[in-house]
Amino acid sequence: MTSDSTAAAETTTVRGLTRPVTIYGGLAALLLVSVLVSLCAGRFSVGPERALAILWQGVLHPGLVPSAIDERVVLLVRAPRVLLAAVAGAGLAVAGTGLQGVFRNPLVSPDILGISQGAAFGGALAITLGIWGLPLIGMVFLLGLVALVSVGFLARINGRTETVTVILAGLVVGSMFTALVSLLQFIADPESSLPAIVFWLMGSFSTATWQRVLIAAPGLLAGTALLWALRFRLNLLSLDEAEARSLGVRTERERWLVFAVVATIVGSQVAVSGIISWIGIVIPHAARLLVGHDHRVLLPSAVLLGAAFMVVIDTLARSASSAEIPLGVITALVGAPVFALLLRRHYRERKEQ
Amino acid sequence: MIGLDNALIRFGSRTVIEELSFSVPVGRSLAILGPNGRGKTTALRAMLGFQPLDGGKRIAPAVVGYVPQAGSSNQRLRAVDVAVMGCAARIGLFGQPGPADLETARSALQRAGAARFAESFYDRLSGGERQLVLLARALATGSPALVLDEPAAALDLANQQRLLDLLDGLRQARDKAIVFTTHDPNHALAAADDALLLMSEGPALHGPVAETITPEHLERLYGVPMRLVELSSPGGAPHRAVLPAFAGARAA
Repeated sequence: MTSDSTAAAETTTVRGLTRPVTIYGGLAALLLVSVLVSLCAGRFSVGPERALAILWQGVLHPGLVPSAIDERVVLLVRAPRVLLAAVAGAGLAVAGTGLQGVFRNPLVSPDILGISQGAAFGGALAITLGIWGLPLIGMVFLLGLVALVSVGFLARINGRTETVTVILAGLVVGSMFTALVSLLQFIADPESSLPAIVFWLMGSFSTATWQRVLIAAPGLLAGTALLWALRFRLNLLSLDEAEARSLGVRTERERWLVFAVVATIVGSQVAVSGIISWIGIVIPHAARLLVGHDHRVLLPSAVLLGAAFMVVIDTLARSASSAEIPLGVITALVGAPVFALLLRRHYRERKEQ
Repeated sequence: MIGLDNALIRFGSRTVIEELSFSVPVGRSLAILGPNGRGKTTALRAMLGFQPLDGGKRIAPAVVGYVPQAGSSNQRLRAVDVAVMGCAARIGLFGQPGPADLETARSALQRAGAARFAESFYDRLSGGERQLVLLARALATGSPALVLDEPAAALDLANQQRLLDLLDGLRQARDKAIVFTTHDPNHALAAADDALLLMSEGPALHGPVAETITPEHLERLYGVPMRLVELSSPGGAPHRAVLPAFAGARAA
């Protein structure tokens, strides 16, 4: 009897350990395949073996300026674009996972909370004022944080943040900033700054260069790494306020730490590729369905899945038709129905309890 | 040691708790009784530090093992992953639970009688099982104080008995200061050394269970006639139970 139950416990432990590992393996394979396809596919197609050979040459001789046309396409156009899409997708997915944990609410994401819109306003304002480079990223980050803080204050009523108030506050703040962006577009110079703003807002990796990778990657990687370091803490922050505090968590302070990290991630992403919605809500859910709610397994799955999904979407965006389809169109086409399903399921579960 | 010293709590103009003082030393167990709305939960929250005091002091260690009535979390985590959260205060902001913490969590689950479903997903457990996991989490904090909010309120009779036995076992170990709120005076008789009766009128009554859980006091507390009955359990010492005499003398 005793030995039976111990044996049963052991097999479940083993299964509990191997299951995430299998899933990581599958997701990593998915990411690698999508990266390879993305490097090969497009108006100028390159064979997979040739693409890998070019990539290998590029890694061996990083200083060498590529001369052949296929080398230039793979190393200077596609490689930075794929890399940027992957880190942006991973960052957005992790940011969404973190926010959903902290708000104890599966329906929040950076763009539903108005962070993206705030960040967009920061960028548009910088472009209107003729500011580029690092200061632009600073403004993007700052206004993303301002939007998040406003939502936080609006939604906190009597020390509690409820699902509905958070989503409504996000809507209010997001609309505010969207209106401000429209206002900027209205007064912008139609010859120079207006096209720049519009193009930048559409959400695209088409402007990806190695330099832009260098601009965005530090914030995206540092933010993702910080959330990974906070993975056990995110489990605690997902608890009820009173429970978390009784366990020694300084909920308010730690929540703001997560918010700041999320703003860094979203700011870095928006600065180089505009607003990309839906990734931050769809991917965390898919990952949760795969591995459960423990952030220690959830975050890595979200990273891999987010990166792979973004690369696939971007490949579709640039190769499905002769012109580039804006990313937001594809992510919304996929994301909106998924969100609708989640919303229905969320409230049905609530009722059953 | 956990308790309140001359606590005063107001909600707007309404004074909920006034001049309330009690403290529970390590090794004793206190049951807080009172009618609905008299401030049981408020007193509990004040002890835990969630309810700001308008006057007086809170006496409590840095971390208090807290067992909520029903866990808010509806997340797909294994029970052992829930229990290990009890170690959070020792783990720190960027830390991860190590083998020692897992060991603590497992022995806490053992002590709470929840070892059977340590590997099960918390969201698949029944209400009674979840409460045992939450008790394990509170034990894993290693805090000398344990506070339970209406621990038996939502349980059927068999689960009530199991939980009360467990609470009594924790009390007999004499290594913790235990406080719980309850509606049922019989829970106090089963698992507490002392009782705190939050009377609807006048000051609260605090003292050993034998002196406080009496029909006279309970009638004053709930406004319902009460009878005390002595039950002789087979081979054991007689134990007492309190019955409300709803609809007049039926229980007499």
